[in-house]
Amino acid sequence: MYDFLINIFGNQIVAYFVAAAIPLFLFILPYALFAVLAERKVSAHMQDRWGPMRVGYHGVLQTVADILKLIQKENIRATLTDKVLFNLAPYLVFVGSFAAFAAIPFSSWFIGSSIDIGLFYFIAISSFVVAGILMGGWASNNKYSLLGAMRSVSQIISYEIPTAIVILTMVMITGSLNLQTITEQQTAYFWNWNILGGATFGIGKFLLIPLMLGAFLIIYISTLAEVNRTPFDIPEAESELVSGFHTEYSGMKFAMFFLAEYANMLAVSFLIVVLFFGGYHSPFGYIGNSIGVEWLVPIEQFFWFASKGIFFVIVQMWLRWTLPRLRVDQLMTVCWKYLIPYSVAILLLVGLITLI
Amino acid sequence: MGLYDIIFYLFAIITIASAVVVVNSKNIVHAAFSMLLTFFGVSGIYVLLGADFLAVVQIMVYVGGILILLLFGVMLTNKIVSVDIRSGSIQVIPAIIALGAFAAILFSIMTSTNWKSESFEIPTTTSVELGNLLMSQYVLIFELLAILLLVAMIGAASIARRDKE
Repeated sequence: MYDFLINIFGNQIVAYFVAAAIPLFLFILPYALFAVLAERKVSAHMQDRWGPMRVGYHGVLQTVADILKLIQKENIRATLTDKVLFNLAPYLVFVGSFAAFAAIPFSSWFIGSSIDIGLFYFIAISSFVVAGILMGGWASNNKYSLLGAMRSVSQIISYEIPTAIVILTMVMITGSLNLQTITEQQTAYFWNWNILGGATFGIGKFLLIPLMLGAFLIIYISTLAEVNRTPFDIPEAESELVSGFHTEYSGMKFAMFFLAEYANMLAVSFLIVVLFFGGYHSPFGYIGNSIGVEWLVPIEQFFWFASKGIFFVIVQMWLRWTLPRLRVDQLMTVCWKYLIPYSVAILLLVGLITLI
Repeated sequence: MGLYDIIFYLFAIITIASAVVVVNSKNIVHAAFSMLLTFFGVSGIYVLLGADFLAVVQIMVYVGGILILLLFGVMLTNKIVSVDIRSGSIQVIPAIIALGAFAAILFSIMTSTNWKSESFEIPTTTSVELGNLLMSQYVLIFELLAILLLVAMIGAASIARRDKE
């Protein structure tokens, strides 16, 4: 992949830039467009409605039409907002959430950047999103925006701790921070996935299975909170705060916050897929290998990776339209009194098991 | 001047320009946010020097932790904008003398030091070696730092605790 791009552009740095940008344009942006539609359709069907039906067959082009509309809209900026920070905030959030995809392996043939600190980079780059949210909320000069931003940031920072501890647990098992290496360890069949104890067969594998299930639940709950989704959506809480930190934004700047939210959902789903569900590996082996067509394998891997990721995004939507919102004190109780102690216990137990 | 140099100067300009804003800005929130750009520029330079782990730590610790804490502190104070930040210039002549002396020392160190320049190989990965060193050669310092952090954490918790009547 890299050799191919280096041959085209004749320069290593340019080739790496292009490689890191390809998934964004080929997959993430189209995904975000249709995820917005999927959310509306999922919510509609859960509430026994039709949802958008007008644009295209059963409304499939609704989001495209919405984005076209938003591009044409006037950029309204209230007089007393802080001009520079107000304009900068959407870009920071957008860049922060899309930059995370650079370290994610989409198939064995393609990974944006196979850095050895991929997992660490993934956690670190999301701090730009936090800064962007805070920036937008403060610059709007609106008390609802500021409150929403404060809630959002304190929530993201709190829930980063259980996420980081679970990631640390996975690093202890796999011995690598490189997302591609972690994927390669969970080879071809589903009983080798980390959620079922990893690829090494022995007594440790069976001891790990219950711990892995717990770790998966913890990281799923805390990443759900990190992307500000219901039941953890008190930063946006329409019934209390209008719509949180992006109340004052309109037009394309609002759309950037919106698309970044959906990109974030996919990014954390991909992270969970790589850590627990075998990354791009197929659960049942590859058609390409059995009929002897080598080039089919990466395409199949991409298919499996995308489907697993999108499956978890759909589960996030399902939860959003099923569960009520938590109160602020409940939110903090869940994080500090349940998730963090349990994740630390899992970390210690996994450390003991890896010694066997 | 290759692409590498262009990227280096880009990050250098980002770092220095935003650092100037941090010092000169009248608005304390603007200062805090331009510090974000300073940290970003520094971590970019770390990446160019092949210290990828350090770069990510820089972003994680400074942008994700310290900066957010700072912003929280700033935003929860009353009257952010009307705070009178003194960033005028007083004591110009002593400052120039001190600055000149400091610059001269830095320049003489820069020219007289025998810089290590034999290897042009940028290491592809640093995290494995860093981990091995931390767990073998520097394990005492590592553990002491951990204890220090623990003490700081317990201290912060006990300060923040509500007094029992």
